[in-house]
Amino acid sequence: MEAASEMRTETITLNMGPQHPSTHGVLRVILEMEGEVITKATPVMGYLHRGIEKIAENKTYHQFITLTDRLDYTSPFINNLAYVLAVEKLLDLEIPLRAQYIRVMLSEITRIQSHLIWLGTHALDIGAMSPLLYTFREREETLDMFEMVGGARMNQSYFRIGGLAGDLPDGFLEKVKAFCDLLPSRIDGYETLLTENIIWLERTKGVGVISAEEGIELGLSGPCLRGCGVKWDLRKANPYSSYDHFDFEIPTGEKGDSYDRYLVRMEEMRQSNRIVKQVLDKLPSGEINACNPKVVPPLKENVQNNVESLIIHFHLMTEGFEVPKGEAYCSVESSKGELGFYVVSDGSNKPYRIKIRTPSFVNMESLSTMTEGRMMADMVTVIGSIDICLGEIDR
Amino acid sequence: MSNIESLVEKIKDKFPQAIEEVVCFRDDYTIRVKREHLLEVFRFLKEEPEYGFNFLSDLCGVDYMGREPRFEVVYHLYSMEHKHRLRMKVSLSEEDLTIPSIVSIWRTANWHERECYDLLGIKFSDHPDLRRILTPDGFKDHPLRKDFPLRGRQTMGED
Repeated sequence: MEAASEMRTETITLNMGPQHPSTHGVLRVILEMEGEVITKATPVMGYLHRGIEKIAENKTYHQFITLTDRLDYTSPFINNLAYVLAVEKLLDLEIPLRAQYIRVMLSEITRIQSHLIWLGTHALDIGAMSPLLYTFREREETLDMFEMVGGARMNQSYFRIGGLAGDLPDGFLEKVKAFCDLLPSRIDGYETLLTENIIWLERTKGVGVISAEEGIELGLSGPCLRGCGVKWDLRKANPYSSYDHFDFEIPTGEKGDSYDRYLVRMEEMRQSNRIVKQVLDKLPSGEINACNPKVVPPLKENVQNNVESLIIHFHLMTEGFEVPKGEAYCSVESSKGELGFYVVSDGSNKPYRIKIRTPSFVNMESLSTMTEGRMMADMVTVIGSIDICLGEIDR
Repeated sequence: MSNIESLVEKIKDKFPQAIEEVVCFRDDYTIRVKREHLLEVFRFLKEEPEYGFNFLSDLCGVDYMGREPRFEVVYHLYSMEHKHRLRMKVSLSEEDLTIPSIVSIWRTANWHERECYDLLGIKFSDHPDLRRILTPDGFKDHPLRKDFPLRGRQTMGED
């Protein structure tokens, strides 16, 4: 009797991470728990802070491209694109259509790749192991394609200010076509594993709910916001790099829970595949770099045979080029949401200030709203379904 | 498409005492607003349906060392309905680095302002939770300031 009256409950504080497999990197969440229920969740980050914005101020405009790959390392081409668009806006450059289309194609393959990683790891977190094995099989194909154009599996830095590092290699378009033909059936395959799987439904339906109004207030963007039913996609709303030349739908959800976010991303992969196919059909021939010798380096064969080209090349590689004084903000729809680059130029060859608006950083702000009042196990689901990348949160 | 142009003109007429400068560069409009009128102008921009700036894309600080006033806070507003953007700026001198927080208008500003405080040392008054966000708690400086060295070591203060 006496023992029972002395029994009491108390709030405990639990550290999740920074070394925890389901936080997708070095994220720490301080949880205040009433039993199994989370009463307060406070994310702590910065463990991966490399000072990329500070480094940018000490590099020439071209040199910084390699660092943009290292923000969200699951979608390198989209990061490149957002940055080069901002600098091209400052320079007022006209990009040839072929280069724009190639940029669109690679961005969309990147989106598919990023979603494949998300699907595999998200499902793994919740206990479904097999999707990872299948999604990484297809991801391997995309990495092979990336290696063909950029020479590396990750961090290719293939987009350059004014265009691209080089034209597409032989056999690349055939490889993309084979991949595009295969992918829809593969996505069907993932869906048979999850979409009607009772365990998956139980773990994701009604978990991590956020309303559209709250999402907008909290700056949520990308598939997370579309999962709440907001039909907003920068590729349609403010088209860049000729996205308006292609037909695609913007999938949306209704309830704003983890399951709707899952459905949105699955459909997004199909739509991206659609865009890639259209690029394959429409891809024009022609130049891949803007006609501006002050920014775009001369062709390799000219550098080897002509001393003026060699001098220009040397100058561009060592000194870089000067960018008119001013500022520009350019944002693109990355695989995770609105990715924006705010570039301030003081007229010199190095950016005066670069601020990167990364979608993961802002989307993470909703984590507390989505998880407070829910069970501890839902935290894992929600972190996975927001699809964060610590590389771009901490910068 | 110069709808935003006429809207900017209207803001100038509505808040003549609050607006310091309007710049258009590469079709983007930038409005520099006085700190005292910041909240009033932002509320108007959010609540007036014609403007409809319901989404705060970004907020950041810039250090213009050697210039007076030295600091600037830059806001990027976006309207999901009208699909237009507007850049707002507030200048701050080094002696008085405080600016009203806009968390009461857009909740997303919370982390952006924390980041701005962390990296540049700009203080946001009435912010609900103004702590460092990217650098460790015991860190002493504000690394994005232009006088902060690119390399070096710092022993961490007590937390």
